[in-house]
Amino acid sequence: MTDHQPDDNNSEGLDESRRDFLKHSSLLTAMALTPSTVLKAASSQWDERLAGAFEKISLSLEVNGTKHSLAIEPRVTLLDLLREQLALTGTKKGCDYGQCGACTVHVDGRRVLACMSLAVMQEGRKVTTIEGLAGGDTLHPMQEAFVKHDGLQCGYCTPGQIMSAVACIREGHANSAEEIQEYMSGNLCRCGAYPNIVAAIMEVKKEGKKL
Amino acid sequence: MEKAFIKKVQIGDAMDRVDARLKVSGAARYAAEYTLKSVVYGVLVTSTIAKGSIKEMDTRAAEKAPGVLAIINHKNAPKVPGHQAGTDNEGSRVYGQEFRLFYDNKIYHNDQPIALAIASTPEQAEHAASLIKVHYAQEKHQTNSKANTSNAITPARGKDYSRGTAYAFKNAPVNLELEYGTPIQVHNPMEPHATTAVWEGATKVTVYNKTQATKLSQQEIMKAFDLKEENVQAISPFVGGAFGSSSRVWPQEMAAIMGAKVTGKPVKVALKRDQVFNMVGYRPRSIQKIGIGATAEGILTGITHEAFTSTSQYEQFTERIVDPTKTLYNCPNLNTAYKLIPLDMSTPCWTRGPGETSGSFALESAMDELAYALNIDPLALRLKNYAPSDPEKNLPWSSNYLKECYQMGADRFGWNKRTPTPGSMRKDEWQVGMGMAAGIYKSERDAASAIATVLANGSVVVQSAVADVGPGSATIFTQIAADVLAMDVKQVTFEWGNSKLPKAPGQFGSHTTASVGSAIYEVCTLLKKKLQELAITMPNSELARAQQNDLVVEEGTVGLKNKQIQLSYADILKSHALPQVQVSTESKGGGPEQEKYSGKSFCANFVEVRVHSLTGEVRVNRVVSAVDCGRVVNKKTATSQVYGSITWGIGIALMEEAKLDHRYGRHLNNDLAEYHVPTCADVPPIEVLFVDKPDPVIDPMGAKGIGEIPLVGFSAAIANAVYHATGKRIRELPITPDKLL
Repeated sequence: MTDHQPDDNNSEGLDESRRDFLKHSSLLTAMALTPSTVLKAASSQWDERLAGAFEKISLSLEVNGTKHSLAIEPRVTLLDLLREQLALTGTKKGCDYGQCGACTVHVDGRRVLACMSLAVMQEGRKVTTIEGLAGGDTLHPMQEAFVKHDGLQCGYCTPGQIMSAVACIREGHANSAEEIQEYMSGNLCRCGAYPNIVAAIMEVKKEGKKL
Repeated sequence: MEKAFIKKVQIGDAMDRVDARLKVSGAARYAAEYTLKSVVYGVLVTSTIAKGSIKEMDTRAAEKAPGVLAIINHKNAPKVPGHQAGTDNEGSRVYGQEFRLFYDNKIYHNDQPIALAIASTPEQAEHAASLIKVHYAQEKHQTNSKANTSNAITPARGKDYSRGTAYAFKNAPVNLELEYGTPIQVHNPMEPHATTAVWEGATKVTVYNKTQATKLSQQEIMKAFDLKEENVQAISPFVGGAFGSSSRVWPQEMAAIMGAKVTGKPVKVALKRDQVFNMVGYRPRSIQKIGIGATAEGILTGITHEAFTSTSQYEQFTERIVDPTKTLYNCPNLNTAYKLIPLDMSTPCWTRGPGETSGSFALESAMDELAYALNIDPLALRLKNYAPSDPEKNLPWSSNYLKECYQMGADRFGWNKRTPTPGSMRKDEWQVGMGMAAGIYKSERDAASAIATVLANGSVVVQSAVADVGPGSATIFTQIAADVLAMDVKQVTFEWGNSKLPKAPGQFGSHTTASVGSAIYEVCTLLKKKLQELAITMPNSELARAQQNDLVVEEGTVGLKNKQIQLSYADILKSHALPQVQVSTESKGGGPEQEKYSGKSFCANFVEVRVHSLTGEVRVNRVVSAVDCGRVVNKKTATSQVYGSITWGIGIALMEEAKLDHRYGRHLNNDLAEYHVPTCADVPPIEVLFVDKPDPVIDPMGAKGIGEIPLVGFSAAIANAVYHATGKRIRELPITPDKLL
């Protein structure tokens, strides 16, 4: 929420009010627009475009080793940025409320729920998604282990499970099956792959590779 | 000829999934993930009342909102010819009038989709949707099943059943009359339902949807929009779980198709998590009465099973809730009745083990209660009443290894270590209990088609429209093809999940392996014969004088048994100057031979639970699941299927319940924090035992169904274990701590 709470009784939406404000603000005057220009702008929805431009915030971040300089709306979540703007659909949307773990990515090496993170908060950060977990055509050891142990069925929770699984080991929370079960319980799987997921993580942990 | 290393795969091997690499690397694309040029986003607006009509919908603010392309509702939606045509009870899979999106101003249930906001970005569409204001004329609604049993109706497509004497249980030396209940369960696949639709001109539409049945999607869309078969394509190779919830065309498909028509752009509509609770089906609430009677020795003499389930006001959704009761035990006198309670809710939908899961909770709990009343071991009681043939159809089983399931399961579980008295097994502050249950599920074969093509390089492509929503069907079909054609599995590509491919039934009802697997087995057998013919007839063939019977195919070659001559598939095609050889087949469903038998899968589940004596918390310690699903085609994926059923069973028994606030007729817990599904920590070690003996009747692989059978009876096994632990019989699922304290 912003500091300027809209009046609850005001039937107009936030956006509407914001645009009214823009139309009449001194900002436009400062840009040397005459009133008639403003009217013309309004009728051809230039105000919307103008408002859109003002509403966008610049964002620089690195995703899977690629630097991106973007201008995005502040309401865009990291998840929607990845899926809808960067075409990285490996990160899944399961609930939008941080309840299922399907959108788990790594931000600066730590597991984060992309649906609960605004994209603009990732300024200067390094994001790793399932697409960037392994280098090139080879699979990451955790991906290999998921294949071998059948740690997936429909595959939809799988990227989030794998990102969490890697973090689970890095965090030092994979010392027993029970510990893995606890620290993987933020990632729901509806198909019932849990026993196989635990087996996959146990194996990767046992191999002792640096992840 | 240079011989490559052949990785031979046979039916039965535990092969890795063919699509696993795509799924673990994030490359598998689901319905909302197709990056189409100029795609726009649709967000559904849903009703906030359960019954009534829309008086007024103010869309002005939404229409003016940035990026908005269209707001569609009942006033301006494109006409859907199939909706204008009205009820079709001849052709529909559910009796009644299917829900018609944006058809009129009527509200049949809460969270009913009433408008679609389409904008250039998801955020803009979401915001526009929030600006739509609706005024309703509200009517009094009913959403409470229990309060409405007196309004129950006899379904148009349902018959009461009776053999011997009805209500004979009442005269039995030992008899019980019990009532059980199961709540609304929501499939909640991890992928919320989504569709991306694209029109080409006014007569051709492509949908990237989430479906268990691309051909059914295609047909339903053809019918709704009055389009030709070749002009409707449903593409759905990857489905993020479905469990029955993607076996019909739902509002998100209709909305995306209408939206794309109105805007002239590809439109993507993805449901939000809360929207999947009352829009795309659910397992209905059940209320069940069981009367069960036996002799003092434990021979069943009568069972009566009367069931109610909830449905909507516009359709009669029926499921197989009394079916296990009719066939699981050898009971001479048996009658069942089934009624529906119409509520102001959306129509339920098939949900993993649709009917059998709820019905078997009642039946297998009642068997346990009877065992205690008789002072007989629950397993011994079941063995005494084993049905040597199908008592409903009076037919021999196509195969039945239920006794083997009992034996294997009990041995591995250590059933003989169980002390019968409830509350007799304690460990510290935990009360420990052991329970078991049996299961039965239909195993049938439907018609299916397939095409197999050998290409110039000797590789083979096999095609079917079938879906693979997670069971691993694409993998086992690749495996069947490689086995029949005796070739490296890496040289076989299976293509699926597209309605333009050869016809396949929906991936539901545990009949995909038997149905589509048979078609693939047959088409590959035909291709093998064709290759043998071509090997004999090729110019200057070394095999010219061989008889087809003398020839063997192995390692991607046709040759003599003594291996002195082996001609590769590639060489055979080359010498005939053929770019490819293609064969197709239409495999029949159950024919007259199969009608002489009753096909079923069987299982026996054994469960150990612990119940905390102070908090009532129930934890499942371990599970042994013994399954007769015929020959196991792939041990790895079959085991995962059993894990899936057990996970579902744990959820159903202990946590899953969609709760409604009946004052408003709305869901209270429509998200994944409040609607509890099992987490990783809730699922204990599961031992899966397969009898793994081929069924000689149903299909050439000897396979029966596996996707649902381990779930049948499982929730009762937990309830029975909880009783054994605590002496408390919980007849209303889920078994939450409040019911145990």
